[in-house]
Order: sequence, then C-alpha cells, then structure tokens
Amino acid sequence: MKALRKFLDKKKPLFLKGGKFAKLQSSFEAFESFLFVPDITSHNGTHIKDAIDLKRTMSIVVMALIPALLFGIYNTGYQHFLSLDLINTTSFMDICIYGLIEILPIIIVSYVVGLGIEFAFAQMRGHQVNEGFLVSGMLIPLIMPVGAPLWMVAVSTAFAVVIGKEVFGGTGMNIWNPALIARAFFFFAYPSKMSGEAVWIAEKADSFSGATPLAHAANLVDATSTEAANIYQTHLSDVWNMFVGLIPGSIGETSTIAILIGAVVLIATGVGSWKIIVSVFAGGYVMGMLFNLIGGNAYMELIPAWQHLIMGGFAFGAVFMATDPVSGAQTARGKIIYGFLIGFLAVLIRVLNAGFPEAMMLAILFMNTFAPLIDHYVVQGNIKRRLKRVKVSA
Amino acid sequence: MSEVKKIKKGLDIKLAGKAEKVLEKADRSETYAIKPTNFPGLTPKLKVKVDAEVKAGDSLFFDKYCPEINFSSPVSGKVIAVNRGERRKILEVVIQADAKIQYQEFKKADPNGLSREEIKEELLKSGLWSFVRQRPYDVIAKPKDTPKAIFISAFDTAPLAADIDFLLEGESEAFQAGLDALAKLTDGKVYLNTNPNFNQNKISSEAKNVEVRQFSGAHPAGNVGIQIHHISPMNKDEVAWVIRPQEVVFIGRLFTKGIYDVSRKIALCGSEVKNPCYFETIQGASVRTLLKGKLKDDEKIRVISGNVLTGEQISEDGFISFYDSQITVIPEGDKFEFLGWALPGLQKFSMSKTFFSWLTPNKEFRLDANLHGEHRAFVMTGEYDKVLPMDVLPQQLIKSIMIEDVDQMEQLGIYEVAPEDLALCEFVCTSKINVQDLVRKGIDLMIKEMS
Repeated sequence: MKALRKFLDKKKPLFLKGGKFAKLQSSFEAFESFLFVPDITSHNGTHIKDAIDLKRTMSIVVMALIPALLFGIYNTGYQHFLSLDLINTTSFMDICIYGLIEILPIIIVSYVVGLGIEFAFAQMRGHQVNEGFLVSGMLIPLIMPVGAPLWMVAVSTAFAVVIGKEVFGGTGMNIWNPALIARAFFFFAYPSKMSGEAVWIAEKADSFSGATPLAHAANLVDATSTEAANIYQTHLSDVWNMFVGLIPGSIGETSTIAILIGAVVLIATGVGSWKIIVSVFAGGYVMGMLFNLIGGNAYMELIPAWQHLIMGGFAFGAVFMATDPVSGAQTARGKIIYGFLIGFLAVLIRVLNAGFPEAMMLAILFMNTFAPLIDHYVVQGNIKRRLKRVKVSA
Repeated sequence: MSEVKKIKKGLDIKLAGKAEKVLEKADRSETYAIKPTNFPGLTPKLKVKVDAEVKAGDSLFFDKYCPEINFSSPVSGKVIAVNRGERRKILEVVIQADAKIQYQEFKKADPNGLSREEIKEELLKSGLWSFVRQRPYDVIAKPKDTPKAIFISAFDTAPLAADIDFLLEGESEAFQAGLDALAKLTDGKVYLNTNPNFNQNKISSEAKNVEVRQFSGAHPAGNVGIQIHHISPMNKDEVAWVIRPQEVVFIGRLFTKGIYDVSRKIALCGSEVKNPCYFETIQGASVRTLLKGKLKDDEKIRVISGNVLTGEQISEDGFISFYDSQITVIPEGDKFEFLGWALPGLQKFSMSKTFFSWLTPNKEFRLDANLHGEHRAFVMTGEYDKVLPMDVLPQQLIKSIMIEDVDQMEQLGIYEVAPEDLALCEFVCTSKINVQDLVRKGIDLMIKEMS
C-alpha cells in the first residue's frame, strides 16, 4: 500500500490549487479518501473522535441491502423461468445468472449516472464529493421493475439527483428521499412501465399473469364475493411465498425475510432508526386492523392486517426508505409519529385508492414533506416544557 | 444521604493509560505561565511588564471590563515574557520562578466569621475569584451577582480523568474552609455532587455546610452542567456558580493560611505515558520537566492539558492550563490509513456498532487524534441525543447556533449548556462537526446580544 500512497502523494500537487488538473480536485480527493482515510487530525474541540464516518455509515446501509439484492437476482430468474414453465428443469446457477444479467445493467446505469452527476456538481461547486449516493445508487435499482428500460432508469436517476438533491444543496440538504424521487418520477413519467402485468417479470410467457399481489388485491375492491374468494385463493393465499419473496414485484422489495435481515443489520449497528422501522410496521398494522374491523369490501375484509406488511414495497420502504435520516423526522419523538403515519397512510392509500396500489412510495414522500412540521411540534413541546419550569420555580 | 440519581444517557470512552493512584515526585518546573486564552470572553489588561518581580498572589493582569477580577501569579519570581499572537492577543504571561516561593500576604480568617462582601473582596483581591465560574455562559462569575446556588462536582467521568478523592487527600481542612466561604456567597445552597462509585473517601460525604447529592452513570454524569440540569435547571435570568473541588481547596487555603497557594496534584495519563501516575505541582507549570523521560517515544505524540474531550493541545514545552488537573498524552495519528473506513476495526472505538470493536466492550483503546473521516453536512440524526443527558435537543440547538437565531437558541436551552457538556456529541458526530466550537460561538453571541 506504501507504493500506492507514494503514487498518490506524487500526483497530488497536480490536483491542488495551481496544479495542472486543479479543476479536478474534488474528484481526486474523492478517490484518494476512498482509498485512504485522510491524515486530518482534530485541532480544536475533542482530540479523539468516534471511528465512524459517512463512508462507514453508508457502506453499512449498502451491506444491509445485499440480502435484498441477492434475493432480487434470484427471484428475477425464478419468475422468468416460472412463467415459462421451465422452473423445474433449470438449475439454481442458471436462475441466478439470468437474474444477474437482467439486474446488473440497471445497477450500473444507476451508479454511473448518479455518481457522474454528483462528481460534476461537487467539481462545479468546489465541494468534496459526499457519500450519499452510495446508498441511493443501490436503492434506485432495487425499487425498479426488472423490465424497466435502461434509459428510463438513467433519466429517473438523473432527475432524482438533480431535482431531488442537488438543487437543495446536495447531501444532507434534500427534503425528499432521492431514491423515491427517482421512483416517483419513473412512475409518473412512464406509467406503463411501472404498472400492469408486463413489467415485473423479465420476458415472461404471455399466458402467465405477472401482476403483483398488490394489483390482485386491488381487484378485490370491486369484486363480487365469489370472485373475491377466487382471487384471494389463487393469488393472495400463498403468504409464505410472499414472505420469502417468490412473487412478482420490484427487484429488491419482494422478500420480507431478506429485508428483515437488512433491518437487523441497520438496527444492530445503530445506523438505522429502530423507532422509525418499528413504528412504520405498527402504523400499517393498525390501519389494517381498522379496515378488518370496518369491512365494507372484499379488500378490507379478506386481507388480514399483517398481510399488508409483507405485500408490495411496505417492508422495503419501512426499513430502507423511511429511515433516511435526512428526509425523515429528526427528533426522537418525531420519528415515532413520522413512522406511524407512514405505515398508516400507506395501507390507507393502498386500499382506498385503486389508482395507486403501491402506496408506500407516496406515503413516505408525503411524510417526508411533513417531517419538518412534526419536528417543529416536538421542538415546540420541548420549549414549552422548558418555559413551564420557569413558572413552577418562580 | 439522598438517593442516587441515575443518569441514563452518555458514553464512557475507555482509554489506555489511566493514572495509578501514586503520588510521584517530579522535578520542579522553572517556568510558569498564565494563559488569558483559558478564559473565554476575557479581554485581559496587563498589570506587569517584562522583568517585573512578583510574589505568588500578585496580580498579573485583570479583566478590562470588570477590573476587580484579577489573575494572579501562581509563584514568585520574574516575569520573563509576554507571548502574543495575532493582533497582539496575549497568549501567555510567563514567570521564571524563585527557588523558594514567596507569598503575598492576605487576611487569615475563619470564613464563617466574615460577611459576604468581605469574602468576595478577599477572593477578588487575591485572584482566586477567577476560579469561580458561572452558568449560563460558562465564564468567570460576575462579582455583582448573587447566584441561586453553587454547584461542585466531586467526581469526574471524563476519559482518564483524575480521581478527585485522591486529589483532595489530606486537604480536608482547607476543603471545608473553602466550602464555608462559598456558602456565604449564595442565598441558596452549595451542592456537592458525589458518585458512590467514585467517591469512596469520606472527604465529600462528611463535608458540612453543603447539600450532598448523589449521581451515577456514564460520562458526562460528572459534568457539573448535567448535575445542575437535574437538580435545578437554569432558566433565563438565573445565575448559578460552579467551582471544582481542588479550587475550593485553594479558597480554603487563602483563609486558613492567608496565602495564594495553588499547588495541586495532577494526573499524567494517556496511552503514550510509560507509567501514568500523579504528580504534585503548581498551577500553570511548564510540562517540560514533568514529561522528561516519561513518554514512550515510538510515535509522534500530542500533549493535551486536560482530558481528550475538552482539553487544550499544548507543546511539549507548554504550560498546564488554568483549570486543569490532568495532562493526557495520546498518539498524534496524522497518518493515512488504507481503506480505513472499510476495515473490521477491532482497534477502533465507536459508539455505533459499525466496527467490530463492540465485541470487546472492556478493552482499553489507544486512540489518536485522527478525525477518521472528513467534515460533512449533517446527515445522521439522533446520535447527539444518546450522549446528552439533558432535556435539551442538541441537534436543533446546534442548528439554531449555526444560523445565529438568538431567540431559538434561548428557547432551546443555550443557558443550560457549556461546551464541555456537548463534547461527547462532538465525539460521536459522523459528520465531524465542531460542536464545542459552535456552542462557544453561540454563547459568545448570546453574551453580546444580552448585554
């Protein structure tokens, strides 16, 4: 490693002020600090620092996403061969390789486009390159349908980074979760590629239904009781596969198990807020329970409250999207309220608005918008408590 | 005895190199210095010129805006230098000490028999007033105020902190005299806050004329600011005073012996010290003779007067800062580390469990001054809350300071905090934000706006 360090030290002056490539300083620094934790020491304040930095934090999140990614790769292959009725004759390896071939390009496009824009902005502003996109770059592919055309992924990513993040000032300044901005853009700009039956399974047989459980569930609303029983029996009763994730859906969001492994990593390392994760699930469950009690149509009656938590993007959103510290609520109490409302709204929209079967995205973006308001009231509560103290002591 | 108040939030950072409770003899330091920079917000006016002869207790400089407050020479001898920095800011007033200290004489009296004004006058005249600090703002107390209470923390939870019981050993008479003097200065109580795990000696529990309150918990439970928050939190327009136990002893000596005697024990600690232990010295001493031959010299080191969280970096020829009873020596750590952010990190300490060092919770770490990353925008949330045991929202407070919103700062509790109380917030910060600096800036802004 000494040789590498020497090489960097030799090239460094070229990128510093007055050097030949001074304009590329941010990019050089980004690579240098990726390879080597810098030699900066503290000069005022605490002399020692916690070993954690943003790179570590972000790479923990990426690690937490790996189970969902690996399962997504397998499931992509699995759904493909299942639709072709070849699943029993295809080996595990072939399934995985097929999935990898389908998914890898989406990941590459997301990272290349996103990081490219991030570097360009950092360069333009003379800032250092922040690590935020390491996570967004992985989140974006995982919430895309496998049939998403690459150029659309690229445009969505670019939109998310520029409009979702950089216009607000970059990492740490954005109001909404950038990855969800990418998905929302995709959803509204190219609706035919994010709904229906054609997009969730790579090259499926025409006769095979490729709809997600959520889409099937949405059909329950207008169904007669016999139809409803039929839909439920055929498409929604296999809750084990739903939990494991062998269902059509966005690449990374189908497997609740894989997502929960990620949740364990995030909570155990202290990187993700357990308060948000738990309260999102609680909110969804409570809303589901309410629907069960109210009844009214087959969707509300037939789907047990807990089943909402394993369908569609609910779990993925709860664990990886709602927990984004920048766009979520910041106060401890605020996090609980924020999470609860996300879960609550997600199930509410999902059941009552047939236009948006996948409501998690909207619920989170909506609550992102209101997170500062929630925090405001929590902060006001703190201030009031403080002022009350004066009266008591006076 | 009152019940023990358990402080739940906080973080103990276990560092290698804790001082053993042995008092060793150190060579006498020849030079001493008082550093005006140790007193935030002070504008010093010099009273002596270079080459002036002074006795211990003679005033070296005073506060331009409150001329009663004097800063005295800890020893007798000759002023040999006034070191200045940018814009002629006075950094150090250096004194070459006599072989035998001669003391300026002050009135010897039992503080119980003196009035509040007489005690104040003695403290101001002798220069000992500078040890009395106030909340809010964490600055030297204003003599015209009457505090609602005086708080003394009899234990220190900071990393490698000196054991206060040990520092007070053999000083019970002066300690009590000091407490008696302080009791006269307030209409409220003098609180002596102890910790059943730290304070095993009777000196604190047998103290009279004070109210003993017990605390337990991880750092910053030993910070007087945290204790004030749990006993009687600071509100707008209230003033409380704080002082450290060894400094109570100094005040006691003034009344029992009639001299300005600021000799104190200090702990020499840290991973780069061969045999960490205690030394008898005088406030403001040069650390050169103290450190000679006592350091491991296999690496570039950093000498800190005070603890690793709030202390001041000094050179190996530097001087002990005014309020400190601890010298910590750690590795400098100005090195690049290949893929350091990605390694398992068994030798790294983190509050989060993102490094595998959490598997060895009792390990003593050898931490250096490396930042472990670069400055970033605020991204993570909730970290600060875990280490600030106050009903204060640290992150919101810091942000209000960043945007200089005075009203918001006031509402969010700027009166309650001192930089040291948020030192752990700075330690755990993923984005490496200089929290203590910001708190100080906020306080300075408040002082400016409110006066």
